Amino acid sequence: MIDYTSLEALAEAALQGGVSIGELVLQDQAGQMEKRPEDLMEQMDGRLAVMEHSARAGSAPDIRSTSGLTGGDAFRMGAYAAKGGALSGDFCARAMATALAVAECNASMGRIVASPTAGSCGILPGALLTMMDMRGASREKTCLGLMTAGGVGLVLALQATISGAEGGCQAECGSAAAMAAAALVEMAGGNPDMAVQAAAMAIKNSMGLVCDPVAGLVEVPCIKRNAGAVMCAVAAADMALAGIRSVIPADEVIAAMREVGESLPCALRETAQGGLAATPTAQALAATLFEGTGGEGR
Amino acid sequence: MNVFDIIGPVMIGPSSSHTAGAARIGYVARRILAQRPVRAEIGLSGSFARTCRGHGTDRALIAGILGMKPDDQRLPHSLDLAREQGLSYSFSTVKLPKRHPNTALVRLAGAGGEAVEVEGASVGGGNILITRLNGMESAFTGQHDTLIIPHRDTHGVIATVTQALALYGVNIGNFKLTRPVKGSVAIMTIEVDGGITKELVALLRSQPNVANVVYLHAIEGEAQKHD
Repeated sequence: MIDYTSLEALAEAALQGGVSIGELVLQDQAGQMEKRPEDLMEQMDGRLAVMEHSARAGSAPDIRSTSGLTGGDAFRMGAYAAKGGALSGDFCARAMATALAVAECNASMGRIVASPTAGSCGILPGALLTMMDMRGASREKTCLGLMTAGGVGLVLALQATISGAEGGCQAECGSAAAMAAAALVEMAGGNPDMAVQAAAMAIKNSMGLVCDPVAGLVEVPCIKRNAGAVMCAVAAADMALAGIRSVIPADEVIAAMREVGESLPCALRETAQGGLAATPTAQALAATLFEGTGGEGR
Repeated sequence: MNVFDIIGPVMIGPSSSHTAGAARIGYVARRILAQRPVRAEIGLSGSFARTCRGHGTDRALIAGILGMKPDDQRLPHSLDLAREQGLSYSFSTVKLPKRHPNTALVRLAGAGGEAVEVEGASVGGGNILITRLNGMESAFTGQHDTLIIPHRDTHGVIATVTQALALYGVNIGNFKLTRPVKGSVAIMTIEVDGGITKELVALLRSQPNVANVVYLHAIEGEAQKHD
């Protein structure tokens, strides 16, 4: 049984067992949940199918959020990516379009997989669905990638936090970037140590990111941060696959992330009182959106 | 917590606490009412009231009251469905001091004449805590099988109830007793590890000084923390 208190221990156990972190997590979770590994893979495939559906739904040109504040950016990014020649390359452009699509699907009250949260739900699909679309990753391999991501996410949830109200956006989009980075590395053939290095570097590059939703809604800047975080994940994965290591060990990075989250002022932790939410434009938008909650039916 | 709590839950967006959690509070209220609801009066406090429309908190609560889980595709259309199913509703902003910022007060009236008042908080990640039942303090999450037993506050009632549970091999995970005034109506809230049968509920109901027994089966489905 794994207690998910250390990324380094996770990599060590996988290396010793001669398996990937994804395979290790699958076997461990099957044991802990008293289920067969194939049943867990089937359940994960169901989640993958929901992600695929959200990505399609969110790519529609006419999608709008419930507040009317956002929508259509995934379509714009998708068209730009399809044209070719994006500065960040075809893979990254596609990953950003997918991340935006799932996040816009969420904002329009579509069905999504919180991974790890609803606000950060576009990052894993952005990374992993693009591995399927552009690098021919099989469903099985992608489900194992989700196991890798889940294992990393468990450590982050237990040793730091995955809640924006507690740790800021670094806890949500930063965690999702770390989870995606580790999954990308294993899906691209990297070893468990590289996966953990990638997770550490993704957290380092997200550290301190505040949670400052305009009008308190999961829209601005959350949707675009999903695109930013998937880029962060790809950068971290590529650095790790190139053999670059984090100078600060992964578990110390997580501890630092927790401390940074705890020292963030309340105004920057999902309360919509600071950061972008406190700008004049955000305040004006909030004033037009808040029309009270009175309502009658029938 | 397991890997599907991280890669999950599957839910209707946009917010686990303002949408998924709200749906669950409505769902639990409906389960406690245990009949078709015809009228819902919902008070929203704090952050629930502030971002209600944008997060679909109103639609999520009504969806739950109509019996939908947080991942039900019909959730965004619940206000129309309420009209079709003969449920009238009203929303208002209420001040509930010293409560969690995401708290809803749900008053339901059923087709069979029953009425309940449930106060619940959405405490993060789609998880909820029911904090009051018919005005009396309570504390349960809906994640476990729960017995809610209003009874006359007199000696031996708790012993009788727990003895009956022991007789049926039911293990208690959590027990809370609320007693606003000595000697009046008190409520036992008992979370158990399963094993509640119709026969046991009937036996509990027949005990002296037990006013009622509400049995709430653990919320199941995709949005459950342990699905």
